[in-house]
Amino acid sequence: MLSLRCAARLRPSTATAAARFYASASSPHTLLFIEHRGGAIESGSLSALTAASQLGGSVTGIVVGAPDEVEPIVESAKKLKGLSTVLHASSPLYKASLPEAVTPLLKQILESSSYTHVAAAHTTSAKSILPRVAALLDVPAVSDITSVEHDASSGATIFTRPIYAGNAIATVRAPESIPLKFFTVRTTAFDAAAAEGGSAEAKAVDAVEVPDIPTEHIKTTIAKSDRPELGVASRVVSGGRALKDADTFKKTLEPLADVLGAAIGASRAAVDAGYADNSLQVGQTGKVVAPELYMALGISGAIQHLAGMKDSKLIVAVNKDPDAPIFQVADVGLVADLFEVVPELVEKLKK
Amino acid sequence: MRPTAIRQLKVLVAVKRTIDYAVKIRVNPSQTGVDTNVKHSMNPFDEIAVEEAVKLRERGVNVESIRVITLGQTKASEILRTALAMGADHATHVELPDGADMPEPLGVAKALAAYVKREPVDIVILGKQAIDDDAGQTGQMLAGLLGWSQGTFASKLDVDEASKTAVVVREIDGGGEEIRCKLPLVLTTDLRCNVTVPRYASLPNIMKARKKPIEKLTAQDLGVDLSPRLETIKVSEPPKRVGGGKVENVDQLVEKLKAAGVV
Repeated sequence: MLSLRCAARLRPSTATAAARFYASASSPHTLLFIEHRGGAIESGSLSALTAASQLGGSVTGIVVGAPDEVEPIVESAKKLKGLSTVLHASSPLYKASLPEAVTPLLKQILESSSYTHVAAAHTTSAKSILPRVAALLDVPAVSDITSVEHDASSGATIFTRPIYAGNAIATVRAPESIPLKFFTVRTTAFDAAAAEGGSAEAKAVDAVEVPDIPTEHIKTTIAKSDRPELGVASRVVSGGRALKDADTFKKTLEPLADVLGAAIGASRAAVDAGYADNSLQVGQTGKVVAPELYMALGISGAIQHLAGMKDSKLIVAVNKDPDAPIFQVADVGLVADLFEVVPELVEKLKK
Repeated sequence: MRPTAIRQLKVLVAVKRTIDYAVKIRVNPSQTGVDTNVKHSMNPFDEIAVEEAVKLRERGVNVESIRVITLGQTKASEILRTALAMGADHATHVELPDGADMPEPLGVAKALAAYVKREPVDIVILGKQAIDDDAGQTGQMLAGLLGWSQGTFASKLDVDEASKTAVVVREIDGGGEEIRCKLPLVLTTDLRCNVTVPRYASLPNIMKARKKPIEKLTAQDLGVDLSPRLETIKVSEPPKRVGGGKVENVDQLVEKLKAAGVV
């Protein structure tokens, strides 16, 4: 029990008092923001549910969306293992999950009940909404956590989270003086909760009218690709400056990505040189990925790139330069010309 | 809203001094933080924010003023000079005592909100996150406190002065989203915000920037409390990753992949 030890060390005098005065704090109650797209719950929310469950109390989910979106999501959410209640609010207002529309609803729910925590996956949607709500409730938020532990006796929650793009790990304590602890969850750090086996109760919540919403949704464009999305892919094939040009980048990496069912990534050097789109950049200023397999092809392994992929389970590197720093972190390294290796690898993987 | 009176826009850009992105950071032996006795520079996402503000003016949008603001210790004024050299007009340094804890995003957002109430602006541009704390919260918190429209993870900003609106293209998981925001607006920039990289300040501009005054304020002037509410218990090194050695050829590579169960 790390949390108990820490609490005892840091606040020896308040630990017992807290247990007496904060009786409600002994049973955390988390509001989990459940995200959905195209009629399905986002997988990240399942990982966030696992994190929320680790607090040791009950977890209430909330599903927000347009009237035609919410019903199937609520049905799926009721079955999620670990949820006690599913709140749902539907309104045309909530169609695109605009933070300006959703914030007043969450604020009202949180103000009028006794939640102790608010959790969500660290996705662009939750990242846009949760801090806005937290600010209005005058509480700080903790981003992108990789572990969580709640100490019921002191009402404090201890999180770990990567800082400096994962080059350091901060252990952060949200004390009892923060009545509502907001956090977003690095989904690759938690297993997904089971989608079956639960039996949560569903409760409708009235939408909160926002008379003069300053923002209007125009359109959403989801990149149509058979490839998995870089941020959540279980396999990533990444190319660097050695790929020569945009055309070579595509022609070389795509067959390998196809045979592996992998997403394509790129180093900053490849992006800066115009070989790959900016959205493919893996690194400190790009995306942070942690797939099962990360293949670094023609990537030297600069700090800024390693920051984005070093939590991958298996790192494979192919590089002509035997001294490339990437070999210091690669589980499997091959010193060779990637233009010979990749086609051969594609052939052999096809068999 | 009256469709008259095209007023010139006032833009505020918030910047943060962080350890340079190319520095390999080291956790200090007492595990209270990282060694900060290294090269610092402007947070890369904030550099993009300054660039976007300057571009806005260069694209012919009627930008009356570009103010740049930072919260930080004495040395943070260096990055204000950089922003001035890139094209900002005025700089404000909310000075923190040397050795003070860095404020949390909520504290920064409150300070920025207080500043905006003193110096009205139409658009506040911030980076989407700082590369030191990686929180990514300040812009959203500021928009919430002000009750303004927010355009986070923006890759494109098109301002229509006549209607006092802006169309913002946002990077979202799996694609993009386009929204129309009524001004005033809080924008946070993604890496793709400027197709070209942020400009280097030229020597003449750097010289000129030296002459521009930097307004100094304190947290007390803004009436905000910047003390952190979260406690950092420790900062540690992430688990070290050790390379697993090399293979000779593709066959051995495939074998390794099979052994690991990934193919």
